Amino acid sequence: MKRTLFSYPYILWMALFILAPMLFIVYHAFFENGRWTMEYIKAAFEDAVYFKVLLRSIMLAFEGTLLCLLLGYPTAYMLSTMKKSTAALLSVFFILPMWMNFLLRTYAWQVLLGSSGIISRILSFFGFSDVLLLHTEGAVLLGTVYNFLPFMILPIYTVLIKLDKSHIEAANDLGADGITTFFKVVFPLSMPGVISGITMVFIPAITTFAISRLLGGGKYRLYGDLIEQKIVSDGDLGLGSVLSLILLVLVLISIVIMQKAEKTAGSEGGTLW
Amino acid sequence: MKKIALLIAVIIAAVMLIGCSGKNNTLYILNWGDYIDEELLERFERETGIDVNYTTMASNEEMLIKLQAKDTIYDICFPSDYIVEKLIAEDLLHELNKENIPNLKNIDERFLNLPFDPGNKYSVPYMWGTVGIMYNKTMVSEPVTSWDILWDEEYAGKIFMYDSIRDTIGLTLIRLGYSINTRDESHVLEAQQALIEQRPLVQAYLGDAIKDRMIAGEGALSVVYSGDAVWCTDEEEGNPDLAYAVPEEGSNIWFDNIIIPKASDNTEAAEMFINFLCDAEVAKQNTEYIGYSTPNAAALKLMDPEWLENEVYNPPAEVIERCEIFHDLGDFTAVYSKAWDKIIY
Repeated sequence: MKRTLFSYPYILWMALFILAPMLFIVYHAFFENGRWTMEYIKAAFEDAVYFKVLLRSIMLAFEGTLLCLLLGYPTAYMLSTMKKSTAALLSVFFILPMWMNFLLRTYAWQVLLGSSGIISRILSFFGFSDVLLLHTEGAVLLGTVYNFLPFMILPIYTVLIKLDKSHIEAANDLGADGITTFFKVVFPLSMPGVISGITMVFIPAITTFAISRLLGGGKYRLYGDLIEQKIVSDGDLGLGSVLSLILLVLVLISIVIMQKAEKTAGSEGGTLW
Repeated sequence: MKKIALLIAVIIAAVMLIGCSGKNNTLYILNWGDYIDEELLERFERETGIDVNYTTMASNEEMLIKLQAKDTIYDICFPSDYIVEKLIAEDLLHELNKENIPNLKNIDERFLNLPFDPGNKYSVPYMWGTVGIMYNKTMVSEPVTSWDILWDEEYAGKIFMYDSIRDTIGLTLIRLGYSINTRDESHVLEAQQALIEQRPLVQAYLGDAIKDRMIAGEGALSVVYSGDAVWCTDEEEGNPDLAYAVPEEGSNIWFDNIIIPKASDNTEAAEMFINFLCDAEVAKQNTEYIGYSTPNAAALKLMDPEWLENEVYNPPAEVIERCEIFHDLGDFTAVYSKAWDKIIY
């Protein structure tokens, strides 16, 4: 393994902005004024509220990822069957919102979902008045799906357009109908895209914090919110660091699982199912 | 090994470069959002040739953390009373050279020499006000006289509370008949229980966003600072259906102050800025812009008497008398934080 000269800036970058902050977090989690302490770890596991918030974060990330997959796969599939130029134009529409800061887009949902907003007005026109949309758990889920959907669509789309069409033709020649072809050939072959899509949605979703604050009205805190509150407003660097580490471990575990799944999907090709 | 040494050397060099970035003639200001007429910042820059670097944050606690950092870059900050008390106790404030702030004479004596900073050695009052209930008259027909109304199920889903530990727990303590500065854990636990019971009725715990939601007519009741109420009840900029009341059980009276952190290396420019803000004309423009009450007597004299007649802007003596000022709780703050975790999650 010979590193080229070009890799040094990258190594420096990693050391300065990834490794060093991580070491600081570990230090603050286990040391207070230079002395070893387990107090913060105890505090993090002692309070059932922290666990409840963690559970909510995991659930929300699961639900968000599932919804993104259910919405994103058909979209990516449709895009992949279109003419190249049409697909390119349509995919711009998915990427375009990403040119704007995601906080701004989430603020826009505040206006849309508010009880004097346009959606509420349409609903009350049809007789559903006083439906609370903003500041609900559903609003947080919506914000998550909305913000992360492109990260599901694009990797799946990329895999689908590279798919060797002769596989599909072979399946058809051998008498498989459209549905069978899709589930036996197309879907298994697109697994690498699905898995990287899941990774790219699940991990930011489980660590997110601003969305829940803006759309959940402080009633549906996520683990990210809790960490922010501990460090930014309580000034409890120790507990905040422990909570960050717990989240970090969770993210690492999910990355390992995804990588395992990707290897299986990659090496065995279409035989996953 | 050589490569590692090189790497470490580069890191150290990079860190030092970041650390040394020159400040020269720039004034670093940390303020609340919507809390100064930014036109005044430009005017200060024009008049003095000093550049202003302006940053905002959303809570006193956030400000405190930023000022406690050893290498804090800020030269001017606007914390409330109890935070000033804490900053003084921790020896983090610069002692003001009053010769540089002649406009201090414009400040009404009522607002000088307050308990959190006797003799105003470290702080100059910036704005003041009360905490109360802002309600929408089209949705609330009964008179608003008690904090109890925030626990009334009739208004379920139409109540907004502050996402702020001291304010929200504080008003609950008053409702229960305790001091907002209580250091009795059982009082805090009782308030915690009351707020957990209230939670299903609350639509959201917000900060500045309460203003927008209330003006849009999305809430019946909300807790707000009097200065925000001035702005929200304004006929042109706000919503005339809104009204403000300070409950009879009492409330919190607060004072936001201008301070200079001890770590500031630009104290002379900072004192110039304080003096600038205490100028009668400037204070007038500022208070009229943000709607918060100014402690500047000379500015009040220049203002339309309409402002002084507005009881939200200029609360009568009997309201002030039933209000209590926040004090720093020291280590006991942790008890409040713990209660807060059980309320907001």
